[in-house]
Amino acid sequence: MAKIYDLLVKDVRFREGLTACMNCGICTASCPAAEFYDYDPRKICNLVQSKDEEKIVALLKSDTIWYCGQCMSCKTRCPRGNAPALVISVLRKLSQELGYFTESEKGRQQYAINRTIGENIVNIGYCVTVEKIVPKMHPEQGPVWDWYYQNAEEVVDRLGGNYMKEGPGALRIIPKESIDEIQKIFEVTGGTKLSNTIEHFSEDKANELEIPFNSAIEGNDYFNHVFTENSNQHQK
Amino acid sequence: MEIKKQYWNEYQKEIAQDDYFYERSCIRQTFFPGSEATFLNILRDELGKKIVDDPKIHTCTGIGYHSDIVPFDTTMTICARLFSLMNGAGLKNYVPSCVTSFGIFNEVLDTWKHYPEELEKTRVNLRKATGREFEVPDNIAHPSDIIYNFRKQLKLKMKYQLVNRKTGKPLKVVEHIGCHYSKIFAEKSIGGAEFPHVLAGMIEEWGGEVVDYPERRHCCGFGFRNYLVMANRGYSVANSKKKFESMKPYKPDFILTNCPGCAMFMDRWQYTIAEMEGTTYDENGKGIPVLTYEEMTGMLLGYNPWDIGMQVHQVQTESILDKIGIDYNPQDKYVGVSGMFLGEPEKPTNLVV
Repeated sequence: MAKIYDLLVKDVRFREGLTACMNCGICTASCPAAEFYDYDPRKICNLVQSKDEEKIVALLKSDTIWYCGQCMSCKTRCPRGNAPALVISVLRKLSQELGYFTESEKGRQQYAINRTIGENIVNIGYCVTVEKIVPKMHPEQGPVWDWYYQNAEEVVDRLGGNYMKEGPGALRIIPKESIDEIQKIFEVTGGTKLSNTIEHFSEDKANELEIPFNSAIEGNDYFNHVFTENSNQHQK
Repeated sequence: MEIKKQYWNEYQKEIAQDDYFYERSCIRQTFFPGSEATFLNILRDELGKKIVDDPKIHTCTGIGYHSDIVPFDTTMTICARLFSLMNGAGLKNYVPSCVTSFGIFNEVLDTWKHYPEELEKTRVNLRKATGREFEVPDNIAHPSDIIYNFRKQLKLKMKYQLVNRKTGKPLKVVEHIGCHYSKIFAEKSIGGAEFPHVLAGMIEEWGGEVVDYPERRHCCGFGFRNYLVMANRGYSVANSKKKFESMKPYKPDFILTNCPGCAMFMDRWQYTIAEMEGTTYDENGKGIPVLTYEEMTGMLLGYNPWDIGMQVHQVQTESILDKIGIDYNPQDKYVGVSGMFLGEPEKPTNLVV
């Protein structure tokens, strides 16, 4: 296998996101994730530019790279124009491609995101729609959302939408031609391969942990496990 | 003064004047479909502009990209297909409804500018997958940029101002432009990340007062995977809470948002915090109402608040209408498109509605 650092540099975002970090720490000072989690983007940049293979592999297997919220405040503030959040994106990509993401609690959550947002994109052409935000999975949405969810077509169409119908407008059905082209783009550009990779390594991890795994979300114990597990070991 | 003017010019951007191609937002059309309809109505009916709403458009993959389940090559090619649709409509000015999309498109175009081989690779990928070709847009503007640009013309048509009818004083408004509007490419926004002006310019033009509070630039807390996965949502609510606590002493009349995600989170997390610990950030237990900029503009133009979606917020919005003196029919609030009364949502335990 190529050296880990060489794999990182292959990604244009890594070259764009990290050029001679001087470790000033302003990224950490302005980072919402650093305030909430035991997380320090300054240390990550320092570690990665050390090119220490062993330490980078340990990083790819850790919870650490999954804490970033991608707000990109670090890019705004870095005096050298670096973007630690872009570096994080490349580390996460590699962690998934190599199967390291299943070694951490936060990394394993990629399975749940792939099964929800990922499937929505290729099957219906939206990241989210009303019927995908099921109140029992989203108690924080409150009773007005519950009302909206129960009366979606009546409410959306009153507000000028075109709920799950053909033609233009909010929340219309996206035509089959568009869905077919989205799926072909995913096949040609590696989107389908990444999705299958996440699925494959997740199934292996479920078997290792002896947690029942199946192709549906309903009744899938591994999905529920990664979607809800919180060891509360992530803060300082 | 001349130097100040020159300095401020660095914080302006070019905004196309007409002939737009609209890309709907997954989040905005899901949570605030009335805001998208209101924007289109304002452009067509109030300003007489051409804007195309093509049913063939789709997600930019933004939420999937920033939660790392969609590779960058895939996102670039999906964006290229959207540009191809714009080309097919004979247009050159791209208007993404979502702030995440706005950031995605700027990131993709910046990548293609600095790494032409990525543009060529994307052309090959799109051709191979779909047979399509594409050209990049001449101009990308967020819908708020366009409303900002025409704020003076719109003021002439407005029935109301952001003024308290009883006291005659300006309403105090907290604005939140959303991280991906300005933090990735500050030069693509009005005012950059440091001097946010796209919403402030509307508020000030239309009679209101902008509250400059300490955590004005802090993230709303979406955090992509930090909300999408239930186990991580503490991150999201904690960041919103930090903002609420910072703005509370200024007693804002409402929060105005640029990004549809921010609008939803700053509304729903107030409900959650109220139900979890009994805390609200106003004096009467109702919370601070949150509006999208489209809702605010439509409201001031005199549109029926229940036709533009002001009833789909958990923190109730009537206090704003009452302060300005806007007439509304409470019986019409929970009526659907068929004219049928849909019943009322249940009442929360702590948050007063």
